[in-house]
Amino acid sequence: MNVMDTRATSAMLYLDGVHVSFDGFHAINNLSLTLEPGEMRAIIGPNGAGKTTMMDIITGKTKPDEGTVLFDGVTDLTRLDETRIAELGIGRKFQKPTVFESQTVQDNLLLALNVDHSVRGTLFWRGSKAESERIDKVLETIRLTEARNRLAGSLSHGQKQWLEIGMLLAQDPKLLLVDEPVAGMTDVETHLTAELLKEINRTHTVMVVEHDMTFVRELGVKVTCLHEGTVLAEGTIDQVSSNERVIEVYLGR
Amino acid sequence: MTPHMLTRSLDRSATIFLAVVAACGILIPLSNLLLPVGSFLQVPTYLVALWGKYVCYAILALAIDLIWGYCGILSLGHGAFFALGGYAMGMYLMRQIGTRGVYGNPILPDFMVFLNWQKLPWYWYGFDMFWFAALMVLVVPGLLAFCFGWLAFRSRVTGVYLSIITQAMTYALLLAFFRNDFGFGGNNGLTDFKDILGFNVQAEGTRAALFALSCLALIIGFLICRAIVSSKLGKVLIAVRDAESRTRFLGYRVESYKLFVFTVSACMAGVAGALYVPQVGIINPSEFAPGNSIEAVIWVAVGGRGTLVGAALGAVVVNYAKTFFTSGVLAPYWLFMLGALFILVTLLLPKGIVGTFNAWWDSSKEKRTATSVSAAAEDGVTEPKMMAE
Repeated sequence: MNVMDTRATSAMLYLDGVHVSFDGFHAINNLSLTLEPGEMRAIIGPNGAGKTTMMDIITGKTKPDEGTVLFDGVTDLTRLDETRIAELGIGRKFQKPTVFESQTVQDNLLLALNVDHSVRGTLFWRGSKAESERIDKVLETIRLTEARNRLAGSLSHGQKQWLEIGMLLAQDPKLLLVDEPVAGMTDVETHLTAELLKEINRTHTVMVVEHDMTFVRELGVKVTCLHEGTVLAEGTIDQVSSNERVIEVYLGR
Repeated sequence: MTPHMLTRSLDRSATIFLAVVAACGILIPLSNLLLPVGSFLQVPTYLVALWGKYVCYAILALAIDLIWGYCGILSLGHGAFFALGGYAMGMYLMRQIGTRGVYGNPILPDFMVFLNWQKLPWYWYGFDMFWFAALMVLVVPGLLAFCFGWLAFRSRVTGVYLSIITQAMTYALLLAFFRNDFGFGGNNGLTDFKDILGFNVQAEGTRAALFALSCLALIIGFLICRAIVSSKLGKVLIAVRDAESRTRFLGYRVESYKLFVFTVSACMAGVAGALYVPQVGIINPSEFAPGNSIEAVIWVAVGGRGTLVGAALGAVVVNYAKTFFTSGVLAPYWLFMLGALFILVTLLLPKGIVGTFNAWWDSSKEKRTATSVSAAAEDGVTEPKMMAE
């Protein structure tokens, strides 16, 4: 037997026939999706299309009723909890920016670093040069070097969004799930965020959920449109936005 | 504890706090023992015992602040761990009575003879040895907290639901310890202690030594708490308090952190109880009363949660007020005053005494630096650092 044969797929993320219902409401319906390593994918869809629920499934917050969810071709994510999945290398940025408000920007990144996360490891932790260099680098990337000693709670909305992206970078996961990164941002901030995500995509596989079509167009990547928990259309932004069913769903019939 | 953990953990208020506790722990016993009785500066023995009790409460308050102030676990049953530590010490003290009891039985405590028990129950074995009892002071509360926490945190019981089951836990223990056949003296509890390590528990010297030891325990407990909260683990605890599920998505096993800190806290509460019992001379099931645990949470709220120093201060201030008001004409109204205090602190001083003071200090320091900077600018003095900005 070849070792390669144990991998069911070469995809970084592989979802097949996934179903989830909450009290009879089918949030996810026969959802199938694959993400290749190194790919960046934009997910669009009207409210209630199941975008956030899909992220909940991938990160272990919600267990699907049926279906396959494979990470890196070998790991069945439906059997693992949030902590284990995060350890495997899946990072997530939430729709509403969630940073640790009562701690400094720097400490937020320190907490996110993918170093020893055990009780003993953190109790006897002493900072290393490599760690502080990594934090400096992330601070530079997210343009928050000046604000490193400020409390995260005192940042502007856009800065919080970036800090959260920075926490993802510090976590250095194989796959980044980014939920509505430009919600509430100014046009300039939106543009900078698109640049930042493209930069991140050079070394990471990324999945972005976003409503903002200008932003999705700026990313210039393959787009998947979800509707009622299933894939409605897939392709370039132009293909998807000219798809009759997509127009129907977005504009109502 | 490695040296870097110690130095990192000492800031200004921590140093002042330690100096005050150390000074009290040395000067009060010395004044009590060395100065002539009745002189102005002599601390009378009854006050040494009373203040010793406050110091034990301060240790309990620290234990509660560690989990509530830093990790957001509101335990309304911490009195249970305090009482279990107290019972472990009480069992040792009972076994020291020996033939001096009313029935003169060398092995069985009086209440067992009274119940017609023929031999010592197995769980009383070993308590004639001080080292064993001292170990149990840590192990029994720690083990209970570990088992309780393992079940509760793994099932992700949080917030008010956790508070309610901690209340249920202490109430269940209250009912169990009330039963005569449970083997801990039932309603009356354990009392009539004679010796501790061969010293008469009533003697002035012993009381002074117990007071000094309580202060030492407060210092050690404080250092342990500071070392924990100023480590990276402390940052994780605060992260859990503020955004638990976010912390999970970063790859931290939240339940392990909660379990660790909950168990440490329970052991500290046990030590507080063990030092409390020889100083007050009795331990009975009323120590498990849910109200006691709630009162302890009020001390922490009044002093300032998440400050450690505030928790200890709150315990002393509220208990001093309790002693003061329950000995006068206002005695029947104490519980109303306590309730009013809790409501007023929550409304007017949500950060507690120390938290409010710290916030005021920081803001006035900011103002001072701001004025000095503008003064410097007016004088035409430019610092290289400011040029860089």
